[in-house]
Amino acid sequence: MSINCKFKMTASAIVLAASAGMASAGSVEVLHWWTSGGEAAALNVLKDDLASKGVDWQDMPVAGGGGEAAMTALRARVTAGNAPTAVQMLGFDIRDWAAEGALANLDDVASEEGWDAVVPEALKAFSKYDGHWVAAPVNVHSTNWVWISKKALDDAGGAVPTNWDELVAVLDKMKENGITPLAHGGQAWQDATIFDAVVLSMGNDFYKASMIDLDEDALGGDQMVEVFNRMAKLRSYVDDNFSGRDWNLASAMVINGEAGMQMMGDWAKGEFLKADQVPGEDFVCIRFPGTQGSVTFNSDQFAMFKVNDPAAQEAQKLMASAVMNPTFQSAFNVVKGSVPARTDVPDTDFDACGKKGMKDLAEANASGSLFGSMAHGHAVPASIKNAMYDVVTAHFNGEYDAQTAAAELVAAVADAK
Amino acid sequence: MRESFQNWLPRLVLAPSFLLILVFVYGFIAYTGYLSMTNSKMLPSYDWVGLANYEKLFRLRHWNTAMKNLAIFGALYIIVSSLLGLLLAILLDQKIRAEGVIRPIYLYPMALSFIVTGTAWKWFLDPGIGLENVMHQWGWESFSFTWIKDRNMAIYTVVIAAVWQSSGFVMAMFLAGLRGVDNEIIKAAQIDGATGFRIYRKIIIPMMRPVFLSAFVVLAHLAIKAYDLVVALTGGGPGRATELPATFMYSYTFTRNQMGVGAASAIIMLMMIFSIIVPYIYSELKSGENR
Repeated sequence: MSINCKFKMTASAIVLAASAGMASAGSVEVLHWWTSGGEAAALNVLKDDLASKGVDWQDMPVAGGGGEAAMTALRARVTAGNAPTAVQMLGFDIRDWAAEGALANLDDVASEEGWDAVVPEALKAFSKYDGHWVAAPVNVHSTNWVWISKKALDDAGGAVPTNWDELVAVLDKMKENGITPLAHGGQAWQDATIFDAVVLSMGNDFYKASMIDLDEDALGGDQMVEVFNRMAKLRSYVDDNFSGRDWNLASAMVINGEAGMQMMGDWAKGEFLKADQVPGEDFVCIRFPGTQGSVTFNSDQFAMFKVNDPAAQEAQKLMASAVMNPTFQSAFNVVKGSVPARTDVPDTDFDACGKKGMKDLAEANASGSLFGSMAHGHAVPASIKNAMYDVVTAHFNGEYDAQTAAAELVAAVADAK
Repeated sequence: MRESFQNWLPRLVLAPSFLLILVFVYGFIAYTGYLSMTNSKMLPSYDWVGLANYEKLFRLRHWNTAMKNLAIFGALYIIVSSLLGLLLAILLDQKIRAEGVIRPIYLYPMALSFIVTGTAWKWFLDPGIGLENVMHQWGWESFSFTWIKDRNMAIYTVVIAAVWQSSGFVMAMFLAGLRGVDNEIIKAAQIDGATGFRIYRKIIIPMMRPVFLSAFVVLAHLAIKAYDLVVALTGGGPGRATELPATFMYSYTFTRNQMGVGAASAIIMLMMIFSIIVPYIYSELKSGENR
């Protein structure tokens, strides 16, 4: 009797839960990994905006920096036939899901609001699949930044390095001054972030040929050997205790004067700002020497999954439109440290580094030197990206010399294709 | 009527769990086996590719590193844990005072999860904040212990942490075995004039054979499925120097979108475990029949 009773209660609870899910028409369930203080605050801007339009926001945060855990959760949800309505996604994940036919078509909103005219071409490679809009880009992070402590730079002569030789000179000087010249965390993606910038510094064509087109001659050629030589040179400026260190701890080393500079995407700026440092006064932001004018990016986007309920479809469109709203793009990106994903947003609210980032992005977009970042999954699919990680991190940790590393890179990419 | 009900009752009670295990353990093993022969990438797909994933798997350097690490880790972990456990058990078995206090002290690490063990040892072994730093502060400036940052030595730090975790448990197993040894035999040996050392070497330790076997089976399967310890301790690094098959399987299946290769590696791990468990079960069954 009692078991039977319990069963009935459970069953009715399930029915209740299910009907609750259905009754909230005009709601969006959003899967994302923006859980840290600043990110959550930035996301609240979007939530409030949608609430004012009568769209109910169901939060489904899955914490974990790069969204790995979130993507695993997503896979489980989709396999179970219960996809969330909107999902924060990066690069090739969007294309992969679009190829599965799982994403909704946003062409209506996009043409109504003229997204095509304001979103950079390189971003459209991910936001659009087969000519149809499937995702709304929130931001553009660019990854070829160097964050230099102003004091350490002044001690090392004060001149901002603009090419490889000047960079080496500054790093040498910092070493002489008794600080760790390069703050770095030994995690595969961080090694790859530097690798990206070094490859880009060998020229736009080389970056495109090796990282995007996966041309074997570029991947295994002399220029790639030189890239690995430079990586080894940079490794010599990193302290011995670097392996496994998180990127924000590396930023902290620059902030408190232990280290001279960090090569990291623009999310590092948040750490400097949180420590009450002022761009230009306490720290300097430059593009990786030799890459001024080019930008490697990654971009957070909200991909919309196919839903049948018309009310939910309407809510999806409202959300997509809210994400692309210039006011939101500005408010969100000021907090997040990235730059807006549309080029027509005024830069008034941004700090010096943010203004530079927006200007660089617009320039790179105009001159065709805006590329997806390999390290952050915007140049090649996940399998190839990780195969490259293996080689880059093995070389950075001293397992291969430059020649072997270049040869291994060709082999690893061929195996992962 | 009543009799047949009594016959059926055990089966009826066991049926649900049997069914659940059938589906969720063996069903999914079969499913994984099937996936390993398909070209599954991000989501499961059903395009048959035969053994191509296995061929690819054994061509991957990454997998070879993982297997080599498993060989080093598994061998050292099992041997050192067993010997250390045996030694601790023998020392504890000397009718010492306060054994009841000391025993749980050695046993407690087993109560921690590998994540806790891994994190604690990560901090302890980190040259910047752990042992090396403390030694420097105490004035031993030349002290250096940077294994965890050294790609050739890092796998041994995994062994250290795992041995610390498990040797207390092995000790408890041996202690139970030692307590089971008939006192008469030891007395007889003493009357024959055997020394304490000889008694252990020639009589008691050989009698521990079944305990060695149990310890081996427990430790071996822990070694093969070791995942959390590596993730917490080194994150597979420096570089990929401490990847084990389990971390390989997770990364290929879930983050590298190569589910087919990941499933193939899972099947290889399953086969390794089978090769240990099946002879053990077989010998258990045989000794059961003899009884």
